[in-house]
Amino acid sequence: MLDSISYIGSSHVGPPLPLPLAPSKVQCGFPSAAEDWLEDKLDLNEKLIKSPPSTFLFRVEGESMRDAGINDGDLLVVDRGITASHGRVVVAMVCGDMTVKRLNLKSNPPQLDAANPAFKSITEEFEIWGTVTASITEL
Amino acid sequence: MFALVDCNSFYASCERVFRPDLIGKPVVVLSNNDGCLIALSSEAKAMGYKMGDVFFKVREQLIKQGVIVFSSNYALYGDLSDRVMKVLEVYTPDLEVYSIDEAFLSLRGFNELEDKGRMIKHDVERLTGVPVSVGIAPTKTLAKLANHVAKKFEGHNGSYFMEAPDYDILKQIEVGKVWGIGRRLTEHLKAFGVQTAYDLSQLAPRAVKKRFSVVAERTVRELNGISCIPLEEVPPHPQNIIVSRGFKHRVKTKQEMIEAVSFYANRAAEKARQKKVYAYRVHVFIRTDPYGDRANHYYAGQSVVFNEARNDAGAIIKAALQAFNAIYKPNFSYQKAGVMLTELLYDTERQTSFFGGGQSDKMELLMKTMDKINKQHGRETIRPAIAGTNKTWFMARNLLSPRYTTKWNELRKVHS
Repeated sequence: MLDSISYIGSSHVGPPLPLPLAPSKVQCGFPSAAEDWLEDKLDLNEKLIKSPPSTFLFRVEGESMRDAGINDGDLLVVDRGITASHGRVVVAMVCGDMTVKRLNLKSNPPQLDAANPAFKSITEEFEIWGTVTASITEL
Repeated sequence: MFALVDCNSFYASCERVFRPDLIGKPVVVLSNNDGCLIALSSEAKAMGYKMGDVFFKVREQLIKQGVIVFSSNYALYGDLSDRVMKVLEVYTPDLEVYSIDEAFLSLRGFNELEDKGRMIKHDVERLTGVPVSVGIAPTKTLAKLANHVAKKFEGHNGSYFMEAPDYDILKQIEVGKVWGIGRRLTEHLKAFGVQTAYDLSQLAPRAVKKRFSVVAERTVRELNGISCIPLEEVPPHPQNIIVSRGFKHRVKTKQEMIEAVSFYANRAAEKARQKKVYAYRVHVFIRTDPYGDRANHYYAGQSVVFNEARNDAGAIIKAALQAFNAIYKPNFSYQKAGVMLTELLYDTERQTSFFGGGQSDKMELLMKTMDKINKQHGRETIRPAIAGTNKTWFMARNLLSPRYTTKWNELRKVHS
């Protein structure tokens, strides 16, 4: 009875969330084979967060990155440990604010491009906070 | 060789990680209950504010000068501290977490330590956003001094390697600034003519042991480059566990006091279980505002002792309330209460009392389950009902920043 309470669900990033990888068919009479399968678990944290100490989560506000698949309200996974190269989506600090844009190192000086024709590129001075590694949209 | 890695103005730096608009601005962080200033950015220090300044006395001036003030956000600081320590662990598993913002590393067998120091500093800042200073030296005491040099002396950019005792630097350090030399010992040493770290290092260790203490003798040797204080990788045996906070406003009813004491007792028991210790003694104290009207002063404390050491919420709360009932007096406006667990033992050190009164296995399981649920779903998701649900007395944290890294609904927003 007490044990079942722990499966209410996991509410924060931290402990791995194991999802059992089910065999394609449920077989009768060969339980030992299924037990072997069940040892593999999929962990979304492991997939999305390569470096836990340097990975932070943000919430997107706005539509400027729509064409890059980043929508208003998305959860952004940002890793400070990855050096941003040309074309990567980054979180940058501009005039004391934080914004998500695509890094353009080919322009001189470097600029931040939006992924939505309705938005202009940012040409002011900026500093990179971290590199975006995933955007999660909840449907 | 040892490194001491120390986060610069840690709490203020944490507040800045998600607030680039605060870079270069004066930031201060207040203690629990917004009592006094406990952390200041270098800009705030330069304006003349000091650790320990009473908030309500400097409040007007802080506002006038545009200083940004925060209540302490321990969820954020704790998370960033964990991240800093995890980055350091990659360098060496020989790590002693000395406090929330400091760690000693053993660099035995490492080469090119000057570069290593700079790399550690650069990596921690790049990966976590928290600026640190690094001091490397042959002993922990000298590593502390090297860290001070890295921070305060010009030209080191936050990282300093002291290969052997640098007596010119020791001459510039006041003896009271030396690690392990407390205020009283400083007074004694000064009366003896010892003013600087250098003066201390020149005394004969044996004489120091005789005249002062073993601790002081060790410090003398360490200042001369002889390592006497090893890395403590295992956390030291906790002496006691204290949960005590001032109330947001004065508490006048007994019911509210019972809730507060129960709440603190519950937290203390939770802390004991986290540290895997059991307590023989539960001590409770209550007091009125010490700055308030003299005629209405009241302070009292009372202990309750168990036959067998306990750490389950039920027993600790019951004992705390028993102590509380013995000291509570009506008609006072209470400002603070606290619960302290002392005479702590690890599980392996516990003895079963002939008279019973121990913690049953069933209780152990219940506590484990409660801790697990609270860990997953937030503190106090499940708690003993007596600890109250209104918490009107709960501490003031009026200037709290969001818990950017530990709460889904408080994540930092980025404009898109």
